[in-house]
Amino acid sequence: MNAKTPSRLEKILRAGHLAVTSECGPPRGSDIRHLVQKAETIRRHVDAVNITDNQTSVCRLCSLAACIRLKLMGLEPVLQMVVRDRNRIALQSDILGAASFDIHNILCLSGDHQRFGDHAQGQNVFDLDSMQLLQTVRRMRDEGRFLGGDPIERPPAMFVGAAENPFADPFEIRVPRLAKKIAAGAEFIQTQCIYNVERFERWMQGVRDRGLHEQAFILAGVTPLKSAGMARYMKNKVPGMDVPDEVVKRMAGVPKDRQAEEGITLCVETIQRLKEVPGIAGFHIMAIEWEERVPEIVERAGLAPRPAVP
Amino acid sequence: MIVAERKPIEEILPWLEGARSVLVLGCNECVTVCEAGGKKEAGMLAATLRLLFAKEGREVNVGERTLERQCDPEYLDELRDTIDGYDAVVSLACGVGVQFTAERYPSKPVYPGVNTCFMGAALERGVWAERCQGCGQCLLALTGAVCPVARCAKRLLNGPCGGSTAGKCEIGPDVDCAWQLIIDRLKALGRMADYERLIPVKDWSKDRAGGPRKVVREDVRP
Repeated sequence: MNAKTPSRLEKILRAGHLAVTSECGPPRGSDIRHLVQKAETIRRHVDAVNITDNQTSVCRLCSLAACIRLKLMGLEPVLQMVVRDRNRIALQSDILGAASFDIHNILCLSGDHQRFGDHAQGQNVFDLDSMQLLQTVRRMRDEGRFLGGDPIERPPAMFVGAAENPFADPFEIRVPRLAKKIAAGAEFIQTQCIYNVERFERWMQGVRDRGLHEQAFILAGVTPLKSAGMARYMKNKVPGMDVPDEVVKRMAGVPKDRQAEEGITLCVETIQRLKEVPGIAGFHIMAIEWEERVPEIVERAGLAPRPAVP
Repeated sequence: MIVAERKPIEEILPWLEGARSVLVLGCNECVTVCEAGGKKEAGMLAATLRLLFAKEGREVNVGERTLERQCDPEYLDELRDTIDGYDAVVSLACGVGVQFTAERYPSKPVYPGVNTCFMGAALERGVWAERCQGCGQCLLALTGAVCPVARCAKRLLNGPCGGSTAGKCEIGPDVDCAWQLIIDRLKALGRMADYERLIPVKDWSKDRAGGPRKVVREDVRP
């Protein structure tokens, strides 16, 4: 398969390498130094870095500005874009803004409901949904046209991705839903963090049965747990998250000062197990405010060094 | 029906400062059914106001009246002879009725006695739930007659999102996931194949986004 965009992530995936992506959250202010530092820490161990878009509806520095910053540092950003806060005019406008800085990856998302964030009284937009955003980016790129129909000068050359949560309900539509996202234009998929590997394997079986792994690159999402408390929080408080009891038990079974190490080890083991699952094209390591441990996870999981692509 | 909730009396009282006669105006339509602004509620509000005015030592004449509906000029005209006897009107109709009453009587202050909430139906006595947002382009044929615009917190036309858990919405365990309901319906109808049809980008110009809307039917105009 030939790459359709200049995206480094796309080239790596199409060359058949297991890709590694990670993510950084922008700051809650205009001081970008911490983000720059986080990006520097992981730059040699990942192929691309997602920048989250006001995740959990908490207001932060915009994903686009942070992506530009990474791009200027020579990193490969993935622009996360939620449809919660912007209508079709603003979304397309920001896509062009990103394209003008040669940002070549986008991840199309719905976004958490604003009630989780620090502006619960705000209006939400949802002019498009995440599938329609996928269609919109593909139309802009492949047909060189806005949603409204007018031509675009120098259309965005973006590798288009979507998220999928294999663990959300109802389980029976999780594979059809992936098929729908691919039909809408998704070329790569980053999954929700995987703790329940068995359930994930069942989902992947369904994905392979329909040949969907050959139509889009599936990057398995992992998040290292810092503590037993975090495991419990993820299990009970985060919508659509599946943390099995044995994971909580394992984390709680080691003394507090060693739980972080246990979390890293568990994450590495999960990656190693997932490497055996046919149809996985790479890993998306979401180390929430723990980016400094990403290089170690990548190395211990046998994913270093990262391949060079032309 | 249009579902409304009574406003707290503390919110209404300051508007009536200085008034010497107040008309509490109920409506016999939706707000009667949802027990927010019918004859019974008009009577209750009028009685409460009389009591509070008396407590303040104010002599205020509080009248009560309930029209067949306040969203129809014909019924509003029934007030023509009496309305001049009042300094202010508290309308217990929905926002439509409040505005229509004010439009009919331009020099009369009209205040809302209810908060108009949504278009919905009674799940049981005392419980009403939203079902329609009047988007102007009905999608129910595509979604098994469950509306994602009114019932999904993100109005996703191609849901569910990743936050659907055990049939409930990510915003709270009391809210059904609309897409779970849609999928259940499609299954019951033997139409699950429809789930994979992408619903195209919606024309929101027929929604409130397009500005204030009007329906004109030449065939029924006089």
